[in-house]
Amino acid sequence: MKKLLILGAGTAGTMMANHLSKKLNNNEWSITIVDQYEKHYYQPGFLFIPFEIYSEKDVIKKKQDFLPEGVEYIQKKIEIIEPENNRVKLEDQTVINYDVLIVATGSKIVPDEIEGLEDGWRVDIFDFYTIEGSIALRDKLKEWKGGKLVVNIAELPIKCPVAPLEFIFLADWYFTKKGIRKEVEITYAIPLDGAFTKPRASAVLGNLFTEKNIQIVPNFNISHVDAENKKIVSLDGKEVEYDLLVSVPTNMGDELIERSDMGDELNYIPTDKHTLQSKDYENIFVIGDAADIPASKAGSVAHFQAEILTENIISYINNRPLEAKFDGHANCFIESGYNKAFLIDFNYDVEPVEGEFPIAGIGPFSLLKETRLNHLGKMAFKFIYWNMLLKGMPIPAVPPHMKKSGKKI
Amino acid sequence: MAEKVIAGYSVDVTEEGYLTDRSQWNKEIAVELAKEVGIEELTEDHWKVIDFLQKDFEENGKMPTIRRLKKAGNIPTKELYDLFPDGPLGKAAKIAGLSKPASCV
Repeated sequence: MKKLLILGAGTAGTMMANHLSKKLNNNEWSITIVDQYEKHYYQPGFLFIPFEIYSEKDVIKKKQDFLPEGVEYIQKKIEIIEPENNRVKLEDQTVINYDVLIVATGSKIVPDEIEGLEDGWRVDIFDFYTIEGSIALRDKLKEWKGGKLVVNIAELPIKCPVAPLEFIFLADWYFTKKGIRKEVEITYAIPLDGAFTKPRASAVLGNLFTEKNIQIVPNFNISHVDAENKKIVSLDGKEVEYDLLVSVPTNMGDELIERSDMGDELNYIPTDKHTLQSKDYENIFVIGDAADIPASKAGSVAHFQAEILTENIISYINNRPLEAKFDGHANCFIESGYNKAFLIDFNYDVEPVEGEFPIAGIGPFSLLKETRLNHLGKMAFKFIYWNMLLKGMPIPAVPPHMKKSGKKI
Repeated sequence: MAEKVIAGYSVDVTEEGYLTDRSQWNKEIAVELAKEVGIEELTEDHWKVIDFLQKDFEENGKMPTIRRLKKAGNIPTKELYDLFPDGPLGKAAKIAGLSKPASCV
């Protein structure tokens, strides 16, 4: 019996378990998936919790409920990957030998990478990338009377690069509904040279910040937080004062990758951006946020990758060349408040442009345009995630490779 | 995208003046691009950063971060800011003929 081992039962790992349990011959292959946590989070939903649009029940379910029968699930912490010996050790010293390994250990925020961030943590400094953070921020916002709200991205890359924009737009709407928008000054301090960096998106979205009265501090690479004096300081000495700081701290791959000496300076694994095979070990594949590839760290990316990677794993175990190529395809809604949203669809080579999605000439969704229907799509996505995506079911009319039809390229 | 003559060479650039075809880059062009971002002279230390960016981009297919310049390129962040003030990655990338550090939108 050969062993296919998956590390991580988040979005990417769960989808791979579901795909492969259908494709692999279960007389020849056994599949094991390891993850230390019991709960599966619908991470795109964290954004809505601070504004009381979603609550805990919308975003938390049991991992086990989404794993197929016949796949062995081990809920333990992983100690180390030993790629030279084709084996993984768990915290309790259990050894699992594998023939093929899929690493899907994701990425997470690491607040202690930024000096001073933890001094005011969950007092007047919050995040919305964890369940605990988004709940704490919800409770803070309920009682907050206004002042300087600063949203800061510490460094790139981050998970779901559009989420901080959505947070700002939803905050603007939330304070307006509460009748205290005039008392709130919203500032967006980021390392990039603008809120929008791609020409076509900038042309369409560029005015939103002025319209919504949001200040931008570009080229702000954070050095440290002075929590006592409530200001963030950049590497070149720029200062931005806050009353409430919503931080997107440094994102990093799991410490397991560092312990196993398999990652780059952010613990991401060097991976072929098309085949998803590790650059160093031919029987190791990497999917989702754990890879160092220049695609967005997002669930839609993991979904498209999962279809490609399934094909390549089947090719690999049959000694055939890896012919399926991931094109960097991502598909993301951008909530803009007032029950409206934008939708973007892009890949490594094609930036977000206007058009219709998923069907040319029909839609029903509009690309790079603010519509109510896009918002309804975003809200419907929670159902699709729990009921289709995790189970590896294809989404009608949305293949893994980006379609050029329907786009004004 | 537009065509532009830099240091006597005809090159393709983005609206913001970043080269779109790395094969069109050379050191004379780099000197002129440096002047565009307010750097009058490229010293040996500037070249060390530019060389690392190009080599790293070649190997990994993406722009390195400030953290990576420090850890993998041995370029202290303070020095990076002294060499390329304000937006060091954007400026150095432009001079090196690479794409602008960007997000997905």
